[in-house]
Amino acid sequence: MKRMSEVTITQEVSDFMEKHAEETYNNECCGFLYGHENDARKITLAQRVENTKDGDKRRRFKIDPDDYRKAELFAVQNNLDLLGVYHSHPDHPARPSEHDRKQAVPFFSYIILSVMSGKTAAITSWQLNDDHQFEEEEIKTLQTKSL
Amino acid sequence: MAKIIIPTPLRKFTDRSNSFETSSNTVVKSLENLVEEYPDLKKHLFDDEDNVRSFIKIYVGDDEIDPLNNGETSVDEDTIISIVPAIAGGSIN
Repeated sequence: MKRMSEVTITQEVSDFMEKHAEETYNNECCGFLYGHENDARKITLAQRVENTKDGDKRRRFKIDPDDYRKAELFAVQNNLDLLGVYHSHPDHPARPSEHDRKQAVPFFSYIILSVMSGKTAAITSWQLNDDHQFEEEEIKTLQTKSL
Repeated sequence: MAKIIIPTPLRKFTDRSNSFETSSNTVVKSLENLVEEYPDLKKHLFDDEDNVRSFIKIYVGDDEIDPLNNGETSVDEDTIISIVPAIAGGSIN
């Protein structure tokens, strides 16, 4: 059986995403994930970004291209790698939809937070494989504060 | 000679390079020059009709341009061209 890949996130990043997802409930929230990828992928910073989807934001999110361009610039200026995005699924499981898959880009970790009745119920991470299918990544949370 | 900024998700197709210097003099020719150098990138940037894919946005400096109508926009050595993938999704199929 193929071994699941791993992504490490700090406790601060986890708390940050949960707070954002719960504050935004019952709309979907979204944000950027930064860190480094040497031997392993480690996410040390999360950043909120506006969900610019027109109309109903409860089942869809969209990131403005100009916000994305600025996120790439932010990464370069701060010696970080842009490693992925997070978004929430209000009252839905933390599994990527077909819509998520079709819109996804390679390399990124897609972290999904399931928010049930306003409280975070599950957090998962996914990455596209070479066949443009999502494979789940194991999330390892660092309990100690990273400097 | 313009500089093309490669977005992180596409760097796996550019040997991890985050930028590319091109000697072409228009936006579209610069992008074509890029995929000549990195052929694996082509299917992620261009569709079957060799147009820039609809979910890829192209910026020249701070301004988004439409490659179909403004692809002949001229570039010089100070021009920064950014390739920006559209990021979207949602819980329902």
